[in-house]
Amino acid sequence: MKRSFFQSRKIPLAWLLLTRQPLRLLVALAGISFAGILMFMQLGFRDGLFDTSVTVHKLFDADLVLISPRSKSSISMSGFPRRRLVQAMAHRDVIGTTPVNWNFLLWRNPESLSTRSILALGFEPGDPLFKDPELRRKAKALTNPGRVLFDKRSRDEFGPVSEWYEEGRLVETELAGKRVRVAGLISLGPSFGADGNLITSRETYLDLLPGTPPGSIEIGLIRLKPGSNPEAVVTSLKKSLPNDVAVFTRESFIEFEKNYWRNSTSIGFIFTLGAVMGFVVGCVIVYQVLYSDVSDHLPEYATLLAMGYKLKHLLSVVVREGVFLAVMGYIPAYIAGLGLYSLVRSSTNLPIAMDLNRATIVFVMIFLMCMLSAVLAMRRLVDADPAEIF
Amino acid sequence: MTDFNQKDPISIDINGLSHWFGKGVNRRKVLNTISIQIRAGEVVLLTGPSGCGKTTLLTLIGALRKVQQGEVNVLGTQLGDCRRQERQNIRRQIGMIFQGHNLLRCLTAEQNVQMGSDLLQGCSYLSRRNQAREWLRAVGLDDHLGKLPQDLSGGQKQRVAIARALAARPKLLLADEPTAALDSSTGREVVDLLRRLAKHQACSVLMVTHDSRILDVADRVLRMEDGRIIPSFG
Repeated sequence: MKRSFFQSRKIPLAWLLLTRQPLRLLVALAGISFAGILMFMQLGFRDGLFDTSVTVHKLFDADLVLISPRSKSSISMSGFPRRRLVQAMAHRDVIGTTPVNWNFLLWRNPESLSTRSILALGFEPGDPLFKDPELRRKAKALTNPGRVLFDKRSRDEFGPVSEWYEEGRLVETELAGKRVRVAGLISLGPSFGADGNLITSRETYLDLLPGTPPGSIEIGLIRLKPGSNPEAVVTSLKKSLPNDVAVFTRESFIEFEKNYWRNSTSIGFIFTLGAVMGFVVGCVIVYQVLYSDVSDHLPEYATLLAMGYKLKHLLSVVVREGVFLAVMGYIPAYIAGLGLYSLVRSSTNLPIAMDLNRATIVFVMIFLMCMLSAVLAMRRLVDADPAEIF
Repeated sequence: MTDFNQKDPISIDINGLSHWFGKGVNRRKVLNTISIQIRAGEVVLLTGPSGCGKTTLLTLIGALRKVQQGEVNVLGTQLGDCRRQERQNIRRQIGMIFQGHNLLRCLTAEQNVQMGSDLLQGCSYLSRRNQAREWLRAVGLDDHLGKLPQDLSGGQKQRVAIARALAARPKLLLADEPTAALDSSTGREVVDLLRRLAKHQACSVLMVTHDSRILDVADRVLRMEDGRIIPSFG
């Protein structure tokens, strides 16, 4: 026979044990929230970093990407012959290509006159570069030499370029030692590799970097016929092209860049370690709280055992305390996480946002933290000897 | 005193019970071949100097300790052969009142009593709560339902403890010096109440006490010395 809810309902002992000691509860919740916030921030920075390393990569209008096999990441791109793109056109699934130059140049802040490294992309203004049609309209302005499109989401250190431009002022400054004029604004966003971006025509690019060998490009974008299989084309291009180019699908190109930051730098490790520290700190705090809670109430637990309550029942009380702590501690951590993410977004332009995945991971970590501590604190319950209380 | 019919069922039947504390050379005998019978509904007081083994006997009857030698039959169960699980189930039928009140500090008087009635199976939450209120009314605390133990006086706390013990509808009540922390008139009130409520439930009571002023509530008084029951001369 099923026992109804009202028959199995009992005094909510775990809840009352926690809430009738508000100070202890507050300490516990502060500790758990702190641990949660630490995990949210560390994991947020880590994921944000990997995401921002590909801000520009994600915008490219391409199904396949060619780069030099010597290119290790967006901050160290090597050139390869532009002819490879022409050769790739021979494949029957390829419908279009765009050669792109990619390098870091020194930009002089037009206000403070200090210089800073900016990512410059050079392309043929008529070619499709980004999926966003906005650039196609603005690219016309690049047909004149010495014109650049400035990324208005670049960091402030590059100067008040977008403000000046929107006010209608003529913005001219020095790029790689040559005079350029801002002919428009685009919106790309900074990444960990590049604090700011600009786009220019291939002609201007070569003028700024006269050392570039003719016919050498850093990135080759390839567009395929709708419905073709990118993987199959990659395999066949790898076979037909010489080994001075590496062929990627769009997704694997993005993954390639993320992997550089993940594996070739200690960033991923550092932030993961930070999150683990949060977890450990949380464990210690929750264990302390639950352990002293159990110790303080030991005679009362012993009384319950003497009355005929089972040890299992008391263990479940401790577990429930852990569950309550996890849920109550998670909520403020989540809210603070949202607030801090938006603070980081507004002050650094890094695209850090709460996503379901991370929210779940942190909840699971907090839950594990509370359960682990509850299980450890339970060992104290075994000391509750009902024969001792007479 | 009530005369007990020989046909009344026996609640506690102890035969040749001995118990030792410690190990090796420190091993000390605290109970020495004790044999007693208590019938259902009987109120029995156990007195004797401190350290004579009264409390040990109480914990053995209450299935809180393992029986070492002899036979202890409580409410029809041989405790000697019981495992922990079975002893736990036996305890549900035994109400216990301690020297300290041992109430749960974080629960109100009403909730403390309900911890007792929660042990009853098959009752709805509401009916268990109503029972808890009934018991508090029976011990004269209907105005203090929502108070925490820290806001109650010693006598009130002990009365809550009695209500809690009785709320589980025990067939046997064990009390260890329930009046120790109370002044004489409050102590008197508490044991009178205990006797009245126990009689009403047909519940046997075994109470350890030093307090000679309350001996008259008992149907029978057992005296203990050095781990033995000494024959009464009354």
